[in-house]
Amino acid sequence: MVTETIALPAQQIVSRPIVDKLHDWVTTVDHKRLGIMYIVYALIFLVIGGIEAAIMRIQLIRPHNDFVSPQVFNRMFTMHGTTMIFFVAMPLVFGFTNYLVPLMIGARDMAFPRLNAFSFWMTAFGGLLLYFSLLGANGLYGAGNAPDVGWFAYAPLTSLAFSPGHSTDYWTLSLLVSGFGSIGTAINIIATIISMRCPGMTLGKMPLLAWLNLVMSGMVLLAVSPLTAAQMMLLVDRFLGGHFFDTQAGGSAVIWMHFFWIFGHPEVYILVIPAFAFMSEIVPVFSRKVMFGYPVMVGATVAIGFLSMAVWAHHMFTVGMSANANSFFVLATMAISVPTGIKIFNWLGTMWGGKIQFKAPMLFCIGFLFQFLIGGLTGIMLATAPFDWQLSGSYFLVAHFHYVIVGAILFAIFAAIYYWFPKMSGKMYSEALGKWHFWLFLIGFHLTFDFMHIPGLLGMPRRIYTYEPGRGWEIWNVIVTIGVVLQALGIVVFVCNLLLSYLRGKPAGNDPWDAWTLEWSTSSPPPAYNFATIPAVKSRRPLWDLKHPDDPDWKYE
Amino acid sequence: MTASESTWTVPARGPVAMFGLIAAEAAIFTIFVVAYVFYIGKSQAGPQPKDVLDAPIFFTLCLLSSSLTIHRAVEALRKGRIRSFGFWWGSTILLGAVFLLGTASEWHRLIYKYGLTIDTNLFGTTYYSLVGLHGFHVVVGLLCLSIVMAFTLLGKVGSQHASRAHVLSLYWHFVDVVWVVVFTVVYVIGR
Repeated sequence: MVTETIALPAQQIVSRPIVDKLHDWVTTVDHKRLGIMYIVYALIFLVIGGIEAAIMRIQLIRPHNDFVSPQVFNRMFTMHGTTMIFFVAMPLVFGFTNYLVPLMIGARDMAFPRLNAFSFWMTAFGGLLLYFSLLGANGLYGAGNAPDVGWFAYAPLTSLAFSPGHSTDYWTLSLLVSGFGSIGTAINIIATIISMRCPGMTLGKMPLLAWLNLVMSGMVLLAVSPLTAAQMMLLVDRFLGGHFFDTQAGGSAVIWMHFFWIFGHPEVYILVIPAFAFMSEIVPVFSRKVMFGYPVMVGATVAIGFLSMAVWAHHMFTVGMSANANSFFVLATMAISVPTGIKIFNWLGTMWGGKIQFKAPMLFCIGFLFQFLIGGLTGIMLATAPFDWQLSGSYFLVAHFHYVIVGAILFAIFAAIYYWFPKMSGKMYSEALGKWHFWLFLIGFHLTFDFMHIPGLLGMPRRIYTYEPGRGWEIWNVIVTIGVVLQALGIVVFVCNLLLSYLRGKPAGNDPWDAWTLEWSTSSPPPAYNFATIPAVKSRRPLWDLKHPDDPDWKYE
Repeated sequence: MTASESTWTVPARGPVAMFGLIAAEAAIFTIFVVAYVFYIGKSQAGPQPKDVLDAPIFFTLCLLSSSLTIHRAVEALRKGRIRSFGFWWGSTILLGAVFLLGTASEWHRLIYKYGLTIDTNLFGTTYYSLVGLHGFHVVVGLLCLSIVMAFTLLGKVGSQHASRAHVLSLYWHFVDVVWVVVFTVVYVIGR
């Protein structure tokens, strides 16, 4: 007996060879490891996509610059857009959902752990396929390497006549493959949330993060699948000589736009709803109050889920649709701003009267609130068809959607990374470096994307590789590029913070934020089985009930 | 608390996931159906649907009745009647295979008699894509059904597997329902 108790820690101390550790990670089906792999994978691609953006901004810092050729510039904006949406934002969202949902609903893993691993590797290899185009796409044609058709790849530019070689094929296949991964994960998340909840956790007592990601997953099923179908059609056109998007044979280029944006617009909500989910978990904890208006938040999310399926053609006002179609999509787009606005008041109501703690996660959440509001307002401007006719395809549009995707979604993701880093690593991050990251990135973000609206209003089109002097665009482009430098510095601080804190951080303890959801009730990092005994819950804040047995939540809910 | 724990039930994960897959597949088929309908009558050359297509009534009846047989099979398995299960399950596979033969003969006729391939015109592109996508789903379904059949013949299937067979039958019903839509679009509206 004595020898056994001595032998056990000794075994644990023995460090295993790195190949063994790697083997564990590659073959794992544990939702926490897969979640972390998603996140690390996405952060690597975030740096790559950021470098591509920086290359574009250096090229545009002054008129007639020749930092890169026009061909390379086309590849940069295509790769930047595709990478950031499919291989940064989506994996980050899925990574957190994977990691958090089973912990939050008191389950030991996802409903289908092997499907989970399969989906991750599909996404991972999809990203590798996209970047393998740099080596493999030249083929015998010598027709250029990385895809250069833009992230929405309008027909007929993607036809064999205009895109010879294999660059477009790599783009198509990588999206198809990662799309299968996304659909697999979405099915898994839905099955997990519906079928793996611990005793007592009725739908009305689920953490909002689970609720919102349930809606997000349903949207993935209905929105990513059309993209998959459209990619299949493009493959038929390119490899089998089909005519789906071949205007010479009576095919339609516009139908590709419809199919792409039926995916493309819900996709924005697929990304932003998990950001809403992070907000709804983090803001209450750092305001020391319960979430204001839980049922309204759920209802607004479901409403967004439905409405987002009916707004896609606001990307196509300049294509020339009928007046009725224009009116419909203007009104639908305006309507979706109502539930979105409700959410802003949910978070404001949560903060109102709370004892707000301005830690790094909360700072990013507050940044989210302001920037999402402004991004939403420029969205309403662009939803007005006549306004859109003027500014669609200009830098105003680029500034608008970066305001949402960077200013809102990425800020919420940074908040989530800081908030759950202690849980995932068991170590505390450096609050000082976190604040440096926040302020550098905030100032850089506003320099870049506030001032990017102006050359757009002055008529600067997106995707041009250079421009003439004397149009009043020069100074704005200089400011925009300077902002990129500050954002890059912020990212350097962020990466240093993660690495240093992981290696040398102080132990975080199980519950560093005095939070209320189940993931904080287990150790940091959690054991492979998550919970030694499956918890039973009686309210939306099970840990509050545990810490305050004299005044539990379930008496009031 | 213990009372609520003992009465705590959640839906089984298998059917939930299958309904999720069906939703995603339905979205994929919707896009292909929309493309088919959008391109009806827009082919600029080559054979037109009304010249070459005949409604495959017999093969459609085969596929639709396979929904009934698989339903009987799952019911039999629930009650533990393995032989009955094997009969109905085998009949489902047979009916599905006959349906595929029908598609094969139709494609053979279209290709060799009328020279219609996927790159002939828009009709060929949309027809082979839509019917082919459905046929692919039938093939996948038949492979899954055959695996279960093999285990049944080896005597390894019991009533404890009824819920899994039920999940598979949901997929098969979906493939049938899709065929109703494809049939309507291709052979009724499009002709």
